[in-house]
Amino acid sequence: MSENKSNWPLWEVFVRSRQGLGHKHVGSLHASDAEMAIGNARDVYTRRQEGVSIWVVPAESISASSPSDSEALFDPANDKVYRHPTFFVLPDEVNHM
Amino acid sequence: MNVTQEHLREEFDAYVASDKKIEPKDWMPDAYRKTLIRQISQHAHSEIVGMLPEGKWIGRAPSLQRKAILLAKVQDEAGHGLYLYSAAETLGVERADLVDDLLSGKAKYSSIFNYPSLTWADIGAIGWLVDGAAIMNQVPLCRCSYGPYARAMTRVCKEESFHQRQGYSIMMQLMKGTDAQKEMAQDALNRWWWPSLMMFGPSDSESTHSSQNMKWNIKRFSNDELRQRMVDMTVPQAECIGLKMPDPDLKWNEEKGGHDFGEIDWTEFYDVIAGNGICNKERLEERNKAHDDGAWVRDAAVAYSEKRKANKQR
Repeated sequence: MSENKSNWPLWEVFVRSRQGLGHKHVGSLHASDAEMAIGNARDVYTRRQEGVSIWVVPAESISASSPSDSEALFDPANDKVYRHPTFFVLPDEVNHM
Repeated sequence: MNVTQEHLREEFDAYVASDKKIEPKDWMPDAYRKTLIRQISQHAHSEIVGMLPEGKWIGRAPSLQRKAILLAKVQDEAGHGLYLYSAAETLGVERADLVDDLLSGKAKYSSIFNYPSLTWADIGAIGWLVDGAAIMNQVPLCRCSYGPYARAMTRVCKEESFHQRQGYSIMMQLMKGTDAQKEMAQDALNRWWWPSLMMFGPSDSESTHSSQNMKWNIKRFSNDELRQRMVDMTVPQAECIGLKMPDPDLKWNEEKGGHDFGEIDWTEFYDVIAGNGICNKERLEERNKAHDDGAWVRDAAVAYSEKRKANKQR
């Protein structure tokens, strides 16, 4: 079917809500190219001044970690509690450090 | 189901029961994925078809301001449909397939949109009652166990309360008007009230998807609980502007701390779902026509993008 030929690719949309903050993922949309994706993202995700800047990324360009790797990736931090300041007990006389 | 599958399933059920969230790449039972695809896509279709009854009044709105408001509201509905399709796609379905299912009539959408919008007061009643019922249904979905759906619903709910207020404000204004305008408002309430109550779905004893969805934290409250809330919320709002609820059996029940109300005509409900509502045929025809009429735009956009890509490479 010629229908499939005209399916627009999927883009992931990231919006900076105001200057000083990072772009945050808000969802996805379909568009034929990056320019249209930005235009569509403006209409779909920022109708109420939710953003001052938009990033669009082709969904197929995103590499993501797999949930099955999460132990290998994130568990090692579990036994390194000394990375947190609360690990070190201060004498009462020293209130803040 | 083999042992590993069964084990995964048990872990999943316990994880979800402890109110934790599931994200797209996490393991999930097929039935969970399927029920979410069904619910989220039906929800998306409802937003899209929901633009039709209101869209008819954009060109006939009584003032420029009302026209601008209605236009913004209908645009929001399109946006809600898009958030939801986007959430459904995270479950591994293609948007084009979902849209095809709507256009072919295979997929369902909320049967409320198969009722006609006959007068301007209907736009008031739709915002006030239909969006009111939708909010009642959707607020608990913001805490749904599937992350992308919950996030989409949070956005939707933020926007939806404007929809309900603009509807109520139309009714308020009509009730301050001439006798004919008051009559028009009352007539719209009379026609939309019962279908709005049907939006919560069949009674708990009849509902097919309820109990499993409750266990999976996709659904938080039963159809009848939400319907009761809708009645209790709406009655004082109607009274306040002088509208009469079209239900002779409606009365306050001190003991239960809520209203008793009349029997819903479930024959009508199932008849509309089966495709025999006043506008079922018209809605699908209109969606199909819009889709077909837009085909050249979609094709042209692809051709333009390809041409520009080719020019850049040269």
